[in-house]
Amino acid sequence: MGDELIRRELADLEGYVFDEVPWTAPRPLSESRVAVVTTAGLRSEGDPDWNPGDQSFTVLSGDRDDLVLSHYSPNFDRTGWIVDPNVVLPIDRLDEMAAEGVVGSVADVHISFMGAQIDHTLETIRLDTGPAAARALLDDGVDVVLLTPV
Amino acid sequence: MGTLASVLEEAGIATVALSLIRQQAETTRPPRALHCEFPLGRPLGHPGDPAFQRSVLDAAFALLDEPEGPVLVDFPEEITDDSDAPLVCTIPPADSGDVHPAEAEARGLLPAWKRSTDTYGRSTVGKVVTAEDVPGVVGLFARVAAGEPWQEVGLPGDPTKAAADVRNYYEEAALSLTEAVPGARQAESWFVGHTAAGDVIQRARVVMKEQGANFYFWYYLLPATQHHDPGDES
Repeated sequence: MGDELIRRELADLEGYVFDEVPWTAPRPLSESRVAVVTTAGLRSEGDPDWNPGDQSFTVLSGDRDDLVLSHYSPNFDRTGWIVDPNVVLPIDRLDEMAAEGVVGSVADVHISFMGAQIDHTLETIRLDTGPAAARALLDDGVDVVLLTPV
Repeated sequence: MGTLASVLEEAGIATVALSLIRQQAETTRPPRALHCEFPLGRPLGHPGDPAFQRSVLDAAFALLDEPEGPVLVDFPEEITDDSDAPLVCTIPPADSGDVHPAEAEARGLLPAWKRSTDTYGRSTVGKVVTAEDVPGVVGLFARVAAGEPWQEVGLPGDPTKAAADVRNYYEEAALSLTEAVPGARQAESWFVGHTAAGDVIQRARVVMKEQGANFYFWYYLLPATQHHDPGDES
């Protein structure tokens, strides 16, 4: 019920649309290095809290015991994350898939942005922090990114 | 998130996006998206259910086989939140002494919060105060709820962050006051509707609005779906 109302409220939000949707032909998943990029507003313990409008990103290590979900919006459930971080950042599942050979390898670098941005043009993400995040992923040899929202 | 997917894709990384709000995926057109009609905050569906999470990932990565895009596919199962079924928690009795009953209630929940943190190894409390300081913050919100000017009671910084620390402390405490893993928003509905602290923040929200606080400061004190006038039974 709560989510239904939020979904209705957010349905008509404007978003930036590329004239042409970019397309990168993937390698076979079994040969790909996979990272997660989430918009959950995760940060490492001790790092500054997220503030509304912040279009920066933070690089996450694979060790999630250090991570805090600190998105500014109160409009979504947090208890799932507390009980099992895989429900947002499924590193254990990816590790299992890598052990089975379904996925080539799991990246050392994962990334969090924060969703529910006020500036719907997302200019900073498009022109600055998004490409910078891509470079950090490419430097780790990432081929495929799984994006997870909250 | 669709825009971010396109930025990464443009840089040469193949992306697969999980979607929680279908219209946004339709609007922003990420190259490959799996729409998951799951609770907000739980994009992999069920916490503590590796098999279900794996089925979501298998469906998502299957989109890498699509020859062209953008492609938007629906995951076949839906999960709804349980905000209509608040958790039932026994709140430990508290000696209110000379503090507001809501502050005393919060003090009484500290052992439960600590048990949850020991169990799960993580917390979302700490935006502006530690768990030990949450009861004092509840006392400050009680003064706002009683009509004191919200800027003058000594709230520690952004009131929405202070309120988030209170809510997260309660929701995390609730995890060790119940047997099962709660459905999405069950702890939230318990906090807002069935605790003294939830009532205090609801009242403080209304008072701050009446006092002319900036929209952001009162609106984000509680989830938008939980806003109601405490004097109004509707």
